Amino acid sequence: MSRTKRAVVVALLTASTVALVGCSTGGSSASGDADAASCEPSTGQVDLTFTSWIPGIEDVVDVWNEANPDIQVAVQTGPNGNGGTYQNFFNQLKAGNAPDLGQIEYDALPNFRVQNGLTNLAACDGVLDAQNDFVDWTWGQVNFGEDDAVYAIPQDSGPMAMFYRSDLFAANNIAVPTTWAEYAVAAEQVRATGSYITNFSQSDINQFAGLVWQAGGTWFENDGTDWTVDLTSDASVTVADYWQDLIDRDLVSTNPPWTTEWDNAYNTGAAWTWTSAAWGANSIASGAPDTAGKWSVAPSPQWQAGDDASGNWGGSSTAVFTGSEHPFEAAQFALWLNTSEESLTMLNESANLYPAATDGLTLPVLQEGVEFYGGQAIYDVFADASSTVSPDFVWGPTMTQTYNDVSDGFKAAVTGQGTLLEALTSGQTSTIDALKAQSIPVKE
Amino acid sequence: MSRVMETPPTEHSAAGIRRQRPVRARGPRESVLSRVSAMTVMAVFTLYFLVPIWWLFVAGTKSSSQFTSTNPLWFADFNLIENITDLVTYRDGVYLRWMLNSIAYAGGGALIATILAAMCGYALAKYRFPGRETLFNVVLGGVLVPATALALPLFLIFSQINLTNTFWSVFLPSLVSPFGVYLARIYAAASVPDELIEAARLDGAGEVRTFFTVSVRLMTPALVTVFLFQFVAIWNNFFLPLVMLRDETLFPVTLGLYAWNSQVNQIPELRGYVLIGALLSIIPLIITFLLLQRFWRNGLGAGSVK
Repeated sequence: MSRTKRAVVVALLTASTVALVGCSTGGSSASGDADAASCEPSTGQVDLTFTSWIPGIEDVVDVWNEANPDIQVAVQTGPNGNGGTYQNFFNQLKAGNAPDLGQIEYDALPNFRVQNGLTNLAACDGVLDAQNDFVDWTWGQVNFGEDDAVYAIPQDSGPMAMFYRSDLFAANNIAVPTTWAEYAVAAEQVRATGSYITNFSQSDINQFAGLVWQAGGTWFENDGTDWTVDLTSDASVTVADYWQDLIDRDLVSTNPPWTTEWDNAYNTGAAWTWTSAAWGANSIASGAPDTAGKWSVAPSPQWQAGDDASGNWGGSSTAVFTGSEHPFEAAQFALWLNTSEESLTMLNESANLYPAATDGLTLPVLQEGVEFYGGQAIYDVFADASSTVSPDFVWGPTMTQTYNDVSDGFKAAVTGQGTLLEALTSGQTSTIDALKAQSIPVKE
Repeated sequence: MSRVMETPPTEHSAAGIRRQRPVRARGPRESVLSRVSAMTVMAVFTLYFLVPIWWLFVAGTKSSSQFTSTNPLWFADFNLIENITDLVTYRDGVYLRWMLNSIAYAGGGALIATILAAMCGYALAKYRFPGRETLFNVVLGGVLVPATALALPLFLIFSQINLTNTFWSVFLPSLVSPFGVYLARIYAAASVPDELIEAARLDGAGEVRTFFTVSVRLMTPALVTVFLFQFVAIWNNFFLPLVMLRDETLFPVTLGLYAWNSQVNQIPELRGYVLIGALLSIIPLIITFLLLQRFWRNGLGAGSVK
């Protein structure tokens, strides 16, 4: 018996020693040069590494490598950000072998920023001037409102609009809603036919954030040092109460998103609309193939008649990590990747990316009518939406935790335990706790 | 994928009953009720473990449009061949590369791990030296440390020697199997008689020769068990490759499919590839089990009898 105990102790000691050794050595190399002020070109041949999970990005990078023999980029890959690649980035930053460039979604950028993982590219040639090449609000996502700061180059965006079954609305003589008030009325009329106007997603918290964004709210603020968490601002309360009412009256279905039931609800006409991002066009087309030609896209319903505001759901950027020895060349590559027509066209074709660059919105491939949507030139709607997204929305440094906690509350709320607002309130508390636990200064 | 492990036992327990029938006739007769209830429990669990595989197989035969719109447990148009062709030609056959990687990691890793475990366990069982029990206890303690907990420390250590994102970063940690050492020691102690080793020594065989020509043969059932366990453990070890590898051409099939699956929201056609890929990826495990199950059954039973 005592022998077994001893063995356990020995094993635990060994394991913890290994872990400690790992941490301490990693820690020392992490405090590398955070030299953001200078950004000089390197001499000679430069080799860069770039981690992205976009399938087919190698082909785009090949085009760059062909044209730039002195700046060769090697692609590394993995699962999507929250699927493990962000954690890998943090591990690599700790171990001092992070890639030069990495794909980071907008909502994860502040997390890397507070951990000092990003290189400020403002001093790199052409980066500050590039602001004019990008849709306003996307630039706000990468400079965090700071002057003389650019922490990443915007890549793609997800301006939101309303996908709807134009055939069903017409056949049942229901007016297509242009305000959220009309949307609630239409929801009753749709419910009377036996269907639901939409499915409320219990786990796409970033979609809900997009709706708050559209209502003029924001969830976080940063005054340069302190963070403010505001998950329960007036705009959030308005949006939460609105959807809570629809859920309470059984006017929206609550299938878990991205499942077969969810696809099926759209495929069989059990759900009629989806307020979603530009990239969602493909999700419907593949999830509901039997409804081809019956969908259209309209601007998001507004909170005030005559308003013109949109939210955003998703989108990512190309960042240069701390420790990269060639920020100048990395920035040049990131600018080319996200502004050149050739690259944006290829990214759109291989991964349905909807560009963040202003010129990207008028790419020939985004001008065409889409067969699945009855030939409608749907991307015109998204281009308009993109120009009406507020530049003021700020993400927090612990979004994965915030998403998880709010999602837990939403899942309970759709089964009748608690409300969406209570979920946001408890998310508020747990987010403040999480920030404190990471020693991130937070105002209460 | 651990589900797969559960299917072969139902098959060999059936075979086992057939073989043992003469023995059972002499034992006490079970009541009909207990036999029926035992069979019912077994049938229910067999169904429970087989239905997901059946679902996967059926899903693998459907085109993407029929996948959501038809009965999930029965066939629509049979597109299995087309789906497989699409999968192996997608992105220049990267899937086949992943399968080969998995076979290299799991096959090579399990083979070497088995040899190491056999030598180590044999030495612990048959040689007396100071610190033997301490050494054995440390190895035994290793059984308690989950592989997942070691992935991050391993990453930081491999980073120090610039070996991350290489074949070796996944292969080397796969070579150790504390459980294998434990099993090899127990089995060697029970099945390799000291007298036999003595005899080999008297006949002039060296220690190494004795080990490989005499002892290994006696230990074969245990070694096959160790090999199978380690093969499955490496094949299913997902976290270590996730932490270590960035280069798509080094991915094992588990990580590759996971990476694709994480893209399904944006690139819906990947869902079909993930399904058919998952179906094909269990085939090597099934083949390995079918080929080695006879040895494995012996190995499992041996410890309990001695």
